[in-house]
Amino acid sequence: MATFDFNIYNLVNSQAVPPDWPGGFWWHWLFFTVVIIGFVLTLVMGVIYIERRGMGRMQSRLGPNRTGPFGLLQPVADAVKVLLKENIVPTAADKLVHWLAPVIAFAPALMLFAVIPFENGALLADLNIGILYVVAISSVSTVGIFMAGWGSSNKYSLLGAMRNVAAIVSYEIPMVLAIAGVVLIAGSLSLNQIVMAQNVPFVLLQPLGFLLFFAAGCAEINRSPFDLMEADSEIVAGFHTEYSGMKFAMFYLVEYAEAVAISAIIATLFLGGWKGPILPPWLWFIIKIILVFFAMVWTRTTLPRIRIDQLMAFAWKFLFPMSLLNLFITALQVLAGWPTELAWVMVIVNIAVMVVMVFIWSKFFFRLGGGRLEA
Amino acid sequence: MTVSLSGKEVASKIEEKFSGSVVESSAENLVIKSDRVLDVARFLKETDGLDFDYLNFVTAVDRYDHFEVVYLLSSLEHNHSLMIKARCYDRENPALPSVVDVWQGADFQEREIYDLFGIKFEGHPNMKRIFLWDGFDGHPLRKDYI
Amino acid sequence: MAVRTEPFVLNMGPVHPSTHGVFRMRATLDGEVVVDIEPVFGYLHRGIEKLTEQRTYNGIVPLTDRLDYISSMSNNLAYCLAVEKLAGIKVPERAEYIRVIIAELQRIAALLIAVGAFLNDCGAYFTPFLYMFREREKIVDLFEMVSGQRLTYNYMRVGGVSQDLPEEFMPALRKFMDKMPHYMDEYDQLLMQNEILIARAKGVGILSGEQAINCSASGPVLRASGVNWDIRKADPYSIYDRFDFDIPTQTTGDCYDRYRQRVDEMRQSLRIIQQAMEQLPPGPVRAEVPHLVRPPVGEAYARLEAPKGELGFYLVSDNSIAPDRCHIRPPSLINLTALRDMVRGWKVADLIIIFGSIDITVGEIDR
Repeated sequence: MATFDFNIYNLVNSQAVPPDWPGGFWWHWLFFTVVIIGFVLTLVMGVIYIERRGMGRMQSRLGPNRTGPFGLLQPVADAVKVLLKENIVPTAADKLVHWLAPVIAFAPALMLFAVIPFENGALLADLNIGILYVVAISSVSTVGIFMAGWGSSNKYSLLGAMRNVAAIVSYEIPMVLAIAGVVLIAGSLSLNQIVMAQNVPFVLLQPLGFLLFFAAGCAEINRSPFDLMEADSEIVAGFHTEYSGMKFAMFYLVEYAEAVAISAIIATLFLGGWKGPILPPWLWFIIKIILVFFAMVWTRTTLPRIRIDQLMAFAWKFLFPMSLLNLFITALQVLAGWPTELAWVMVIVNIAVMVVMVFIWSKFFFRLGGGRLEA
Repeated sequence: MTVSLSGKEVASKIEEKFSGSVVESSAENLVIKSDRVLDVARFLKETDGLDFDYLNFVTAVDRYDHFEVVYLLSSLEHNHSLMIKARCYDRENPALPSVVDVWQGADFQEREIYDLFGIKFEGHPNMKRIFLWDGFDGHPLRKDYI
Repeated sequence: MAVRTEPFVLNMGPVHPSTHGVFRMRATLDGEVVVDIEPVFGYLHRGIEKLTEQRTYNGIVPLTDRLDYISSMSNNLAYCLAVEKLAGIKVPERAEYIRVIIAELQRIAALLIAVGAFLNDCGAYFTPFLYMFREREKIVDLFEMVSGQRLTYNYMRVGGVSQDLPEEFMPALRKFMDKMPHYMDEYDQLLMQNEILIARAKGVGILSGEQAINCSASGPVLRASGVNWDIRKADPYSIYDRFDFDIPTQTTGDCYDRYRQRVDEMRQSLRIIQQAMEQLPPGPVRAEVPHLVRPPVGEAYARLEAPKGELGFYLVSDNSIAPDRCHIRPPSLINLTALRDMVRGWKVADLIIIFGSIDITVGEIDR
């Protein structure tokens, strides 16, 4: 951590090296496909358990503790239950659209993991447009959700799907701009290089970007306080009201797989990916994912839900200008260049900038209640 | 304490304005002719000194040979109350004017009386059954309904 | 090119996670904006008013439990007050004090559910709801000590209460009273200035004072709209004129004010219980009333300030062992009269919140 070397022309020591597999590319692909699918599904189960137990404890109740020791087999029990349920399709539903929707919603969540590094060079495909690929692919699941809402021939589902599309389109922009700040500092779009460039975790250098990405990410994956797309108390279950059995399991998986994906991206972009002192890199990675996810569970348990027009106002009037300003300030800092002696000062300056900007913006320019269409 | 106004005093005031509308009056309540209910209601709401702006409840009692619709009115400002009754002698198609335009709170309660007793309130915007389903036969709270 | 739209009808059916019971609303929506709403009642109609004509006066008490099943003690008390007014029965002092303590504890329990359910509708995913249930458990334990039941207590009788307080009641009550203000501060700390709650609930579903009076609203809904009318002060029943408490009111009459109103009323109830606890005299807990009460011919209306509003019983007697007519004035049904005007122009999400802030119980609406 002693040297900050951010001269973008000087990244020679962080070139990624593909592993030297016998048999070459296809064995690499097969190995990593198996690893990714196994990793994602296992971590999703672990994350479901953390959410249910964690939420239960925060609500002063126990949470599941009957299935297996400490309730650890609860996700397995859920999976088995859901697999055994009857698959009901409404007669007025559009059969093909209804069947295809979960597939289209789930595939991107898995595909996201193709570019996330588990160690230096240990990823399925070291695309040099890594983060752009991530942003592009994560928008495809919106199409799946809209298909689910439309194909169910149910007014509740349609309402939920419409809200979802509007929200996701709005929150893409602050997310991308927050990522742009990180890319400016790291100097590359490839996730592997971004991790290698983090001698100091970027959360210290881009605290505002971290908060913006966290908020926008929570909105993208429909988690509280932005979970009005499947608001239990209003539109029963939103776009997946009419799904049961394995298809419902796919949607359930989509929600948690995307949560894991966004946590993994936050861990990669801001927290230093797999870097860490003593433990093996993949373990550090899992720990960081779980930490970020725990923060998401915490906000879910605490905060009420905001309404659709307040959601849009929050995206456009709060996150978007702040992310533009963040990008601008980061660009200035990169152009000016950081001398090594003032390294830690820069961290403190950035944190101060974040605090001041969030405070001023939320006090004077945007209050959440102001964004309502008057009755 | 809420003072319960004497029926006789209010009866004399009503008789000055709408003569012939009071059938009988006593210390506890007063009985109005069924077709004058709306006029008397408006009078009671708008007169200074009476100001009955709050309708506590509207209900009906089956007195075997007639139906008796009971209104309890209050004035929050003066903290006094008055009970008014109206009688319907027709058992086949009893009807009364509705007081929804005077006190909107009578809305659901008049529908309930129609549903359970069969008394129609003319001028009510939505005179349908409220608790029982539309095809139900009979009116349960009548004494001759088993 | 103008896009042609037309309103559609969304049926928030009797089975819905958020309609507080079997209550159905047919909302006409234009996009997300509510244009009209038609409530449909009757899914829990059990004919309680007809059943009362077939039961003795004391035998009606369990029926009254099932009206507003969240605050059963208040229903029992209202009915017993009506019969005592009709028959001219005087209740002993100890019974009066016990009734006040129990009624105020019941008010706190019911308001906890009201506030918790309201926050649940706002989307706070059960956390405040479960915290409030933690306190309600303590109250329900107290009630179980007294009556043996946890939901439908059947505790009050004509002329007093059915049995005296057991010995473990007062220490447990004291322990509850010590801890409760601290818990209420805990809720306020999390919720009162929460920006999301303020954004969802402030200015939403405004009911003005005159409209509330015209719609015969009562209880916290009326007081949150600025009208200072509480039956415990305006027309005191039982021994409420001996206690010193305030009547909080709010100014605007929006959902946030109704939420604050309920929280403020809980604090005032704590004050009343504290005073009643200190003044509790010894003595009999039930007047000498025959089991088959025969009130003289006549009618009486007695009302009390239930947690939902003005709950009243209008009894007509013909000197037999069963009443000739028993009408129940349901605060939930009458508070709902204002729903349509409050909701027009707001969105579906607001519809749920406004409906939750009125706080109904379907058992009382349908009877």
